[in-house]
Amino acid sequence: MSTPVLELDSLSVGFATDRGLVRAVEAVSFRVAPGEMLAVVGESGCGKSVTALAVMGLLPGSAQVGGRILFDGRDAREAQRGRDLAMVFQEPMTSLNPAFTAGEQVAEALRKHRGLAPRAAFDAAVEMLSRAHIPDAARRARQYPHQLSGGMRQRVMIAMALACRPRLLLCDEPTTALDVTVQAQIMALLDELRRETGTAVVLITHDLGVVADRADQVAVMYAGRVVEAAPAAQLFATPQHPYTVGLLGAAPRLVGGGGRLASIEGTVPDPLNLPPGCRFAPRCPFAVARCNEAPPLAEVSPGHSAACWRAPLDQVLAA
Amino acid sequence: MAVWLLRRIGQIIPTLLILSVLIFALQQLMPGDPALILAGEERGDPQVLAQIRAELFLDRPLPEQYVRWLWRALQGDLGFSWRIREPVAVLILQKLPVTLQLGGMAFVIACCIGVPLGVLSAVYKGRWPDVLVNAVALAGISTPNFWLGIMLILLVSVNLGWLPPSGYVPLFEDPWQSLKTTIMPAFVLGNAISAVLMRHTRAAMLNALSQDYVRTARAKGLGERVVVLKHALRNALVPVVTLGAIELGRLLAGAVLTEQIFTIPGFGKLIVDAVFNRDYPVVQGVVMVVAVITVLLALLADVIYLLVNPRLRHA
Ligand SMILES: Nc1ncnc2c1ncn2[C@@H]1O[C@H](COP(=O)(O)OP(=O)(O)OP(=O)(O)O)[C@@H](O)[C@H]1O
Ligand code: SF4
Ligand SMILES: [Mg+2]
Repeated sequence: MSTPVLELDSLSVGFATDRGLVRAVEAVSFRVAPGEMLAVVGESGCGKSVTALAVMGLLPGSAQVGGRILFDGRDAREAQRGRDLAMVFQEPMTSLNPAFTAGEQVAEALRKHRGLAPRAAFDAAVEMLSRAHIPDAARRARQYPHQLSGGMRQRVMIAMALACRPRLLLCDEPTTALDVTVQAQIMALLDELRRETGTAVVLITHDLGVVADRADQVAVMYAGRVVEAAPAAQLFATPQHPYTVGLLGAAPRLVGGGGRLASIEGTVPDPLNLPPGCRFAPRCPFAVARCNEAPPLAEVSPGHSAACWRAPLDQVLAA
Repeated sequence: MAVWLLRRIGQIIPTLLILSVLIFALQQLMPGDPALILAGEERGDPQVLAQIRAELFLDRPLPEQYVRWLWRALQGDLGFSWRIREPVAVLILQKLPVTLQLGGMAFVIACCIGVPLGVLSAVYKGRWPDVLVNAVALAGISTPNFWLGIMLILLVSVNLGWLPPSGYVPLFEDPWQSLKTTIMPAFVLGNAISAVLMRHTRAAMLNALSQDYVRTARAKGLGERVVVLKHALRNALVPVVTLGAIELGRLLAGAVLTEQIFTIPGFGKLIVDAVFNRDYPVVQGVVMVVAVITVLLALLADVIYLLVNPRLRHA
């Protein structure tokens, strides 16, 4: 197997706060192969954004980072943000600078990393904006963010992130803040540009439905840990962690037209007061005495791993 | 935008009218009969007094006096100084450039000190540069102008002999000498404002630096210098510029005292002398001009705010 574009080796991130240490991310490991799309899925607060920001090196100073982050086999801190790896954020409304035009903001990256002259950079930015399917890109490029809709702004963000053809793109819930119809358009755009540029993508989402037909690999996170990781098809066909099973129940069914929208009982644990063993135990219908110890992420079948004492679940579910 | 500007100018007119009525009314409340002052030696003669009153329309009803005064003021005729026997407008035009030079320099100094220090303390929030800058700003705000002025004169002029302690040379006569006579008073005048600007800048920068677009700029791989000085500062300057223009108006008030200390023949000296001499036309004229300048500065602040804020420019 070729060198992964991104490899996390037991990444941990803690925040020292007034109320104590918040262990936002703990022992997270995964790999992303070149050109591949990895979906990171989990409920709000499970550490998805923190993981992405750690990869980008954009965590605030209060963060304590442990473990290793490798970009193309080397320390990610040596990678150049904006050129080697880029990120699209959760909040399109506020992620663009209100004081500069859309075109300028895309051109800025091109000037910095490709050494283009201002005019050439602006032209390249317009070109990039039209590739992001912004109609009338030359005019839009001269507009300020407040003159653009949310979907349009997210297209600008995507154009900006992909302008220098990074090897890796981190998308942090790129469509959460948008209308449903716009969501689908943005996802389609990401797919299209990803195929064109060969960029590997880490797609962060809390919506399993979004990743079903797009992602190659899926990592499910719960309370700061990866609880299950597998190729997408396998994960959807045979989920091995009780949390994933619950999430699949909670995700709007795309097939079968059942429209069932089950949800998982209970709430996410307080990050300051995590349960000692398996963090899902308080909500887990399958919990047993042994769950007081933390289960390791272990392979249940080739390429498919889960962090659960009772995995593989097949027998449990059959029973 | 043009419509907005016209409307904004339209709003100024009633403001100025109310101000003029206020100034005129206050004038009437001042103790002392101007006719008596003007009569001088002949103040015992009722006929002379009556004649002076008639000449100056002081015997007419107040509303008429006001309208006459305002009408002439609109044509640039602010009356004659009762003391110096010169047109008030001429006196003002002589002194105004001096004070504007002083105020302008003070403002430039205040910006040069306040904005960079504000940026510095925001970037190093909670660390020693921030603590130091805040201590300096606090000292700056709490130092009285007259004390700072006197200390500077003692140190720089008397002890070191670097700059003249007082006096004024007009800018166009000898720019270098003019700068030497005004730099110290301008520094004294700008001192308090620079502390205010520093605090505004610090607050605005802290706000800007916590915004998502700053994270985006970092994600693009821009250097920290570009992130701070381009992406954050550009946005932080929007409120700072507006507040700065308003502070500029307050500078004029501070100029009165500073000009006294450094014996600079500007507006401050003109108004102090006029008040002591009960030279009402001069007081009226000066206060009116200051009011107009202040209102115009507020307008300027709004226009700048509009120019630097694209969100409003297109609204
Ligand atoms: N700067 C910080 N200081 C302290 N705690 C933080 C900080 N940033 C994040 N956290 C905590 O880390 C945990 C994970 O946050 P994160 O933003 O990664 O969640 P998320 O999975 O992205 O959720 P969402 O779906 O809501 O975006 C949360 O409990 C959050 O409160
Ligand atoms: S380890 Fe136990 S508590 Fe945790 S998910 Fe598996 S069965 Fe549930
Ligand atoms: Mg998030």
